[in-house]
Amino acid sequence: MSESLFSKKNMKLIKDPLNDDNPITVQVLGICSALAITVKVETAFVMAISVLFVLIGANVIVSLLRKVIPSRIRIIVQLVIVASLVILVDQVLKAFVYDVSKQLSVFVGLIITNCIIMGRLEAFALGNKPGASFLDAVGNAFGYGMILIVVAFFRELFGSGTLTLPVVGKIEILTSLANNTGYEHNGLMILPPMALITVGIYIWIQRSRNRKLIEENH
Amino acid sequence: MEYFNIFVKGIFIENMIFAYFLGMCSYLAVSKTVTTANGLGLAVIFVLGVTVPINYLLENYVLKEGALSWLGEEYATMDLSFLSFIMFIAVIASTVQIVEMAVEKFAPALYGALGIFLPLIAVNCSILGGALFMQERQYVNIGEASVFGLGSGVGWWLAIVAIAAIREKIKYSHVPGPLRGLGITFIICGLMGVAFMSFMGIEL
Repeated sequence: MSESLFSKKNMKLIKDPLNDDNPITVQVLGICSALAITVKVETAFVMAISVLFVLIGANVIVSLLRKVIPSRIRIIVQLVIVASLVILVDQVLKAFVYDVSKQLSVFVGLIITNCIIMGRLEAFALGNKPGASFLDAVGNAFGYGMILIVVAFFRELFGSGTLTLPVVGKIEILTSLANNTGYEHNGLMILPPMALITVGIYIWIQRSRNRKLIEENH
Repeated sequence: MEYFNIFVKGIFIENMIFAYFLGMCSYLAVSKTVTTANGLGLAVIFVLGVTVPINYLLENYVLKEGALSWLGEEYATMDLSFLSFIMFIAVIASTVQIVEMAVEKFAPALYGALGIFLPLIAVNCSILGGALFMQERQYVNIGEASVFGLGSGVGWWLAIVAIAAIREKIKYSHVPGPLRGLGITFIICGLMGVAFMSFMGIEL
C-alpha cells in the first residue's frame, strides 16, 4: 500500500457522491426505488441500508474478480453476483423486519436492476482496486440514502404528520396540531407524484447553491 | 372482459412510470427526442410481452410451493421461491439476448431501429418489476399474465413518448437555470403523474 486509506484521493471518493456527484440528482441513477419507498422514514432507512450492503458487496467482489471476468459476458456475471446478494438481503429482511419487508414489496428485488449498482460496477469496480471500490460504494450508498431520507422526511411529516424512525418507532409531530387547530394534513404528499416533485425541488435547491452543476442545454 | 380490464389497468391506472416509478433511469436518459423514445418504448412493450409469460410458467411450474408436483410425489412439498430473483433475472437477460439475435437475423430494419436499446433493457427495472408484480398479484392463467405484460409495456411506451414530446417543446422555453434539464423534467413528470391519477378507481 503506497497511500493511506484516508488520503485526499480516497476521501474524495466518499465526499463527492454526497453533493457534486450525487448518484440521484447528478448521475441520474437509481431513481425508481428512491421515489417509490419514500412514504415513511423507516422504509427509506431500511432501503438505504440494504442498498449500502449490496453495493459494498458487489463492488468489492467485482473488483476482486475484475481480471477474471471476460468482458463479453460481464453483464450477466455482475447480475448473478448482485442477485445472490439481494437474495441474502431479502431473506434477512423477511426474517427480522417482516412488516417493513412487506411494505418494500417488489422493491427489494428491484435492487438487482437498481442502476446505481450496475452503474458503479461498470464505471468504477471494473477498473479499480478493491479498497478504492469499497470507498466508492460507501460514498455512493450514502449519497443515495441521504436523498431517500430527506425526501421521506418531508413526505411523511407533511403527508401524515408523523415520523416513523427505526428503533424509536412512530413520533407524532403535527397530529396534535391537526386535532386542535383544524390544520389538515396534505394527503397529496403521500401520493406517488409528489415524490417526483420533491426530488425536483431538491435538485433546484442543490443547483442554485452549487452553480457549476447547472446544465447548459437541455 | 377480464383481459381487457387487466390491459387497461396496466396502461393507465397501474402505469409503470407514474404509479410505481419503474424504469425511471432509462426513462429520463432516453427521453430527449420522440424518435428514440418511441424506439425504446416499442422494445420495452416487446420484451415485457415476451418475458412476463415465460416467467409466469417458471413461477407456476418450477418455483412456487408445490409447483414441482408434476415431477412426482416426493417433489410436491418443495418451495423454491427464494430463488425467484435470480431465475427471473436470468430469464430476462437471456431472453433479451435471444430476442436481439433473432431480430437481427429476421428483421434487420427493426434491428436498426431497436438495436442499441435492446441490451439496455436487461437492466430496465420495469421488466423485472413486471415479473415481480406478476408473482405478487397471482394471475390465474397465462393469458392474464401476458395481457398484463403487454398492458404495462404499452403504458411505459405512452409515458416515455409523452415526456419526450414535452421535452422537445420545452427547449424553447425560458426555464430558470438551476431547474434546467433534470429538475424541470422531474417536476413535469410529477404533474403528469397527478393527471394520470385521475384514472384511479376505473373498473371495466
